Amino acid sequence: MSKLPYEVQTEPVTPLSVLSLDGDVINPDLMPDLTDEQLKEIMYRMVFTRTWDERAVNLGRQGRLGFYAPVSGQEASMVGSEYALNKDDFICPGYRDMPQLVWHGLPLYQAFLYSRGHQHGGQIPEDVHVLMPQIIIGAQILHATGVAMAFKKKGEKRVAITYTGDGGSSEGDFYEGLNFAGVFKLPVIYAVQNNGYAITTPFEKQTAALSIAHKAVAAGIKGVQVDGMDVLAVIKAVRDAAELGRNGEGATLIEMLTYRFRPHSMADDATKYRTKDEEAEWALKDPLIRFGKFLEKKGLWTVEDTNRVKEEAKAAVNENIKKAEAVEKMTVAGLIDTMFETTPQHLEEQKADFQ
Amino acid sequence: MAQMNMLEAIRDAMRVELKRDSNVLIFGEDVGKVGGVFRVTEGLQEEFGEERVFDTPLAESAIGGLAVGMGVQGLRPIAEIQFVGFIYEALDQMFIQAARMRYRSGGRYNSPIVFRTPFGGGVKAAELHTDSLEGLAVQTPGIKVVIPSNPYDAKGLMISAIRDNDPVFFMEHLNLYRAFKADVPEGEYTVEIGKANVVREGSDVTIIAYGMMVHTAVKAAAELEKQGIKAEIIDLRSLVPLDIDTIVASIQKTNRAIVVQEAQKTSGVAAEVIAQINEKAILHLEAPVLRVAGPDTVYPFAQIEDQWLPTPARIVAAAQKVINF
Repeated sequence: MSKLPYEVQTEPVTPLSVLSLDGDVINPDLMPDLTDEQLKEIMYRMVFTRTWDERAVNLGRQGRLGFYAPVSGQEASMVGSEYALNKDDFICPGYRDMPQLVWHGLPLYQAFLYSRGHQHGGQIPEDVHVLMPQIIIGAQILHATGVAMAFKKKGEKRVAITYTGDGGSSEGDFYEGLNFAGVFKLPVIYAVQNNGYAITTPFEKQTAALSIAHKAVAAGIKGVQVDGMDVLAVIKAVRDAAELGRNGEGATLIEMLTYRFRPHSMADDATKYRTKDEEAEWALKDPLIRFGKFLEKKGLWTVEDTNRVKEEAKAAVNENIKKAEAVEKMTVAGLIDTMFETTPQHLEEQKADFQ
Repeated sequence: MAQMNMLEAIRDAMRVELKRDSNVLIFGEDVGKVGGVFRVTEGLQEEFGEERVFDTPLAESAIGGLAVGMGVQGLRPIAEIQFVGFIYEALDQMFIQAARMRYRSGGRYNSPIVFRTPFGGGVKAAELHTDSLEGLAVQTPGIKVVIPSNPYDAKGLMISAIRDNDPVFFMEHLNLYRAFKADVPEGEYTVEIGKANVVREGSDVTIIAYGMMVHTAVKAAAELEKQGIKAEIIDLRSLVPLDIDTIVASIQKTNRAIVVQEAQKTSGVAAEVIAQINEKAILHLEAPVLRVAGPDTVYPFAQIEDQWLPTPARIVAAAQKVINF
C-alpha cells in the first residue's frame, strides 16, 4: 500500500533582494523605477528615522517620552513600504509603526504626544490617511480589510496597508483578515515585518510553516517574501502589491525579513534571548549601510550627507518634543466628551467629580 | 399603519435606512440570500443587491473588524452576529476597537456601527444562543446598548441606532421576534435612544424591566391588580444611556420598586439601576429595591429554562415583599 501523496505541501521560498550586502544590484529585473532625487529622499528618510529613534530612546530614559517601541534595523521595511504608497492610501499600523505614520503625514510632535499618553497624538489631521498605532496585536489587520472593502465599494483606486510582526501572524485576526480579503478580492496589503522575535519568543516557536508568506496560500491571495533589510526590494514588493490592488486583482501578503537592533521596548532586555553573534550577523545587513553603499557608488550620497541629515533630524526631534511638551494637558472632562458624539447625562454628571 | 411583528419591524427599519442612505450596509453570516437564520434581513439582498447586503465568511471577529474599518471610511455598517454567544469571538472589535475609536482618535474617527444580535431565553434553543450578555456591554465605555420590547419601539430604535454616529449594540430578544403583531407606522420615524417608556401606569410599586421581561412584568401586574396593587411598569428600552429620570419620577410616586432582568443576578443592569436609585431617590423609598433575576449560574440547557427565567409569580412575590416591608 502506498502512502498518501500530500499535494498541498509547497517548496521553501527565498527572500527577494535587489541589492547585495555591498550595495551592488544583484537582481536588476526587480529594480524599482526611481529617480536619483527619489533615491536620495529614501536615504534621507532612513537616516532621519534612525536618528529620531536614537534620540527617542534617550528621551524615554529622561522620562520625556512614555511607551516607545524602537525601530532601528527596520528602516527599510518601514520607510520603504510607506514610500511605495500614494498619499491617499490608508495605513493601519501596529504599535511599532510610527515611522510609516510620520512619513505619511502625521506631524512628529503628535507621534511624541501619543508616546506621552496624550489624546491629541491620535487626532490624525484630516488629510493624513492613517489610523492610530494599534495595541491589540492583529486587530488592525481586520480594520485594513474593512477600509479596503470601503475603497472597493466606493470605486476608489486606493489601497489599504496594515503592518504586523511574526507574532501577529499567529493571531486569529490575521487568518480571518487574509481569508476575507481573498473571498472579496480586496485592495489590501498585509505587511508582516518578521524581525525574528515576538518580544522574546523566537520565530521557530511562532509557526511550523515554511514561511509566513506561505500563509497566503490558504487564503487564496498572493504571497511573497522579501529581504526586509533591502529598501529597494521592499519598495518593489509594495508597489507591485498596490498596483494589483488598484487593478482589482486583490490582496497580497508580504513577509519582510528584518531585525530590530534594539530591544522590544524600553522595558525589555534583548540580551536575555538573543546572542551577540546573531546581533552581529544582522548588523552586517544594516539597511542604511547597504543602501548607503549603493548610493555612494552612484555618486549620490556621501558621509557628509549622512551627517547633515543626522543634524537635521536631531533639530527636528528637539523642536517637536518641545512642541509636544508645550501642549496643554488632557482633562478628565475632555476625555468624557470623547466617549460619544453627544455626552449623555450620566457622563455629564460624572464630570462634577473632577472639577 | 401596518401590522408587524418585531422581526418585521426591525427589517422595515433597515429597509427604510438602506433606501435613505447609500452608506448603510448589512453583512454577517447567512444574512444575504436567506435573510439570516431568523429571516430578519429576508428580501433585503434581493431589493438592494449584493453590494449592500452580503454574506461573509464565518468569522465573527472579522465581521466586527470589517465594520470598524468601513466605519472609519464613512460607511454605516449593520453587522449581524448570528447568535449572542458568538459575540465573545468579536468582543475585541465590538467593545474595544469600535467603542474606543472616538476616544483613541480624539474625535477624528468614529464607529457608526450597529451590532445586531438575537439573544434571550425561553425558546429551547441550543447552548449559548440565549444568554443575556448586556451586562458585559454596559460595563464597556463608548458603546450604546439598546433592547426593544415591541415592534413599534424596535423599528424606531433601529432607525435611531443606524443614524447614531457611535456604535450601538442592538439586542433582539428571540422570544419576541414573532410573539405578537402591533401597529407600526410606514416609512421613517425614530424612538430616541436613552429614553425609557412607562408602559403601564400605577401608584403602588414601580417594576423596571426591559426586553422580554417587560411582558413578564405586564403579566405580573395583572395578577397584582387582582390583589389591589397598582404596578407601574417602566420599559428601559436602552441600557446605555440609562434613563434614570423616568425611574426617579416613578419612584417619587410609588415609593417602591423592583427591577427585573433575565440575566444573572449579580453585578448586572438591575444592580446598576438600584445603585442609581440610591444616589437619586433614596429619600423617596419606603422599602429596599429588590431584584428578580436569573440565578448566578450559566444559562441552563433547555429542560429547565422556564424555571430558571424570572416568572410572573416571582415578580408578584417580590412586589408583595416591598409593599409589606
